[in-house]
Amino acid sequence: MNHKNIILVRGARVIDPANGRDEIADIFVKDGKFVAQLSAEEIKSAQIIEANGLILSPGFIDLNCRLGEPGRSARETFRTGTLSAASGGFTTVVTMPDTIPTSDNVGTIQLIRELCDAHAVVNVLPASTLTKQQEGKALAPMGSLKKAGIIAATDTTSGVQNNEIMRRALEYANTFKLVVLDHCQDSSMTEGAQMHEGTWSLRLGLRGWPRAAEEIVVSSDCVLASLTKARIHLQHISSAGSAEIIRRAKANKLPVTAEVSVLHLLLTDAALAQYDTRLKVNPPLREESDRAALIAALIDGTIDAICSDHCPCTSTEKDCEFDLAPFGAATLETAFSAAYDALVATGHLDIKLLITRLTTGPAKVLGIEAGTLSVGAAADFVLINPKTSWTFNTENQLSKSGNNPLIGKTFSSRIHSTFVGGKAVILDSKPV
Amino acid sequence: MAQQTTWTKKDLTGIETLSRAEIEFLFDQAEKFLPALAPGKGLDLMHGRTVVNLFLEPSTRTCTAFEISAKKLGAEVVSINTTASSLVKGETLRDTAMNIRAMGVDAIVIRHSSAGAPRYLGEVLDISVINAGDGAHEHPTQALLDAFTLKQKFGKVEGLKVTILGDILFSRVARSNIHCLTKLGAQVTLAGPATLVPLSLAQAFPQVRIVHDLKTALSDADAVMLLRIQHERQTTTHFPSLAEYTSQFGLNTERAAWMKPNAVVMHPGPINRGVEVDSDVADGPRSVILEQVRNGVAVRMAVLHLCTSALKR
Repeated sequence: MNHKNIILVRGARVIDPANGRDEIADIFVKDGKFVAQLSAEEIKSAQIIEANGLILSPGFIDLNCRLGEPGRSARETFRTGTLSAASGGFTTVVTMPDTIPTSDNVGTIQLIRELCDAHAVVNVLPASTLTKQQEGKALAPMGSLKKAGIIAATDTTSGVQNNEIMRRALEYANTFKLVVLDHCQDSSMTEGAQMHEGTWSLRLGLRGWPRAAEEIVVSSDCVLASLTKARIHLQHISSAGSAEIIRRAKANKLPVTAEVSVLHLLLTDAALAQYDTRLKVNPPLREESDRAALIAALIDGTIDAICSDHCPCTSTEKDCEFDLAPFGAATLETAFSAAYDALVATGHLDIKLLITRLTTGPAKVLGIEAGTLSVGAAADFVLINPKTSWTFNTENQLSKSGNNPLIGKTFSSRIHSTFVGGKAVILDSKPV
Repeated sequence: MAQQTTWTKKDLTGIETLSRAEIEFLFDQAEKFLPALAPGKGLDLMHGRTVVNLFLEPSTRTCTAFEISAKKLGAEVVSINTTASSLVKGETLRDTAMNIRAMGVDAIVIRHSSAGAPRYLGEVLDISVINAGDGAHEHPTQALLDAFTLKQKFGKVEGLKVTILGDILFSRVARSNIHCLTKLGAQVTLAGPATLVPLSLAQAFPQVRIVHDLKTALSDADAVMLLRIQHERQTTTHFPSLAEYTSQFGLNTERAAWMKPNAVVMHPGPINRGVEVDSDVADGPRSVILEQVRNGVAVRMAVLHLCTSALKR
């Protein structure tokens, strides 16, 4: 038997929140799945990985990213995007449907799946739009789209501004047990807005984006969840007020979940003092009090998942006046290391909780069998070096994009290896 | 008094980044240039240098003032306005600027609707970049000429009470003046309707006082700076109508009588007569509006001279 099909990882600290495990143990993989043990014969032919001092975790699941294709391959491709995802420890990613053409039809979803079969190195789960052309008027054919392979539906940054359409979209998606992902933005309050509305927007003379623009939609989504009993997941929450509304909704047993992006756990609007267009993101970076509240909500379970919110742009697109720069930051490669330094190294979070919010948290949001080391599950896992020092730079960057704002930063932990379905994609922090 | 400060900045992108000593040094330089404003007088300090005015938003006064300032210093000037610019053809600001630089220019004076654009250009280019107004961010030369005019009128700016009245939220003039006046020791009051003068301004600028009552704002001021109501920038959401604004916040003779006897009225222009200010006040004895315009040339001469002198040759 080809030894590539059999893997023995020895001596790692195994953290598997799905099974409540945190122990030094060996992990066995055969034919792409975790197995309870290997025979002596199998061990002889196994690929053996000595993992003393490393943490072995289920592969991370990203609920919110864009990988350029189809339509924007100058920014990113499925190849470069999934390589960068793997180097950041992600083995499953959900891609947003604001592609060109828009992912509101079966043909585009089929194209995405074909491209991914040919080029992706991690599991790519496409989301479709909720409405045709993201226009918020007519529903997308979510039944057919589910058959074609979508995992969820969202109108991303357009949002659905009309409450009646949103209600019907939730009900219709629920027919097919599709979770609706909602980007919460009342666009009537954010026309021309460039950054969080606060002291920094006033000083910099940039049009402000109030917290209320998000919180109003978070509130209305909770009300609609109560009305429709449909699953709704709130994307990249950015304000303390949003976290509080979700906390109350969860206390009232509403079927609501939420995520936060790494950048919002790491930075505030003060980081825009030099008009750094790479930090122009949607939703905008907010204040220290928001950042603290988001961390608290991550700890108490109000927020279920940490996402990358990877939104690649070319460096040329970002090399311009702040007003004209597109929103978004490339983050997949640095998401884990940045989150580790912001949350674990600072003592806010235990490493186990960080891994939970990157594995079982998002798996539950999607209702998928992933983010676990259970016997029989697909062998998607990562090895993490929690004691190292590395600098992220253009030489070791795998994403094609030019808008990772953390370029040049030094981190204290790093993804060592990433396996997808028992196949090594990253080894010794390099693509295989 | 011996002046220890020297000017080392090649760019003037805002007042926020200037020190009080730098502002005062620049005023001393502007003072020396005042005699050159007389007809037939001019200097040759910038002889052989070329200045490009890159105005990507409409401007008459500021563009003309920069042009005259550069010419009074002996420089060659080329002015480019929005319609002539290749930016409307989709060229990036970086490419436009690099092309201008390649033609052997010493300084670019830029007006742009995007906040931060001059700062960006200053980082891209190794020639002088002067901010002639960027979005709602800063308009540093306007604030410098305003403070220079106050110094001329009152002897010093320190201790003066200055009220800025009108559209603060969208105003680059207000922001630069807040920085400039507070750095020089004046007490600044911001006044107008709460939609244009939100209380959050007090968090962004902790030294200022926010007042929504016009009488309070006017009665203890040594100077009242009126801001143009920029109806082209606002939707109808920030105030109901020009008539409503005038009825509540317009400065007329009756309200000007609330001011201290020797208090002055200032305006950066262009004036909307009958909107934020009545002609009787704009042309009356309190008005220093035309002195502001005149001082604007001397101040801009100082800015051009100091910034281009700081260029590494």
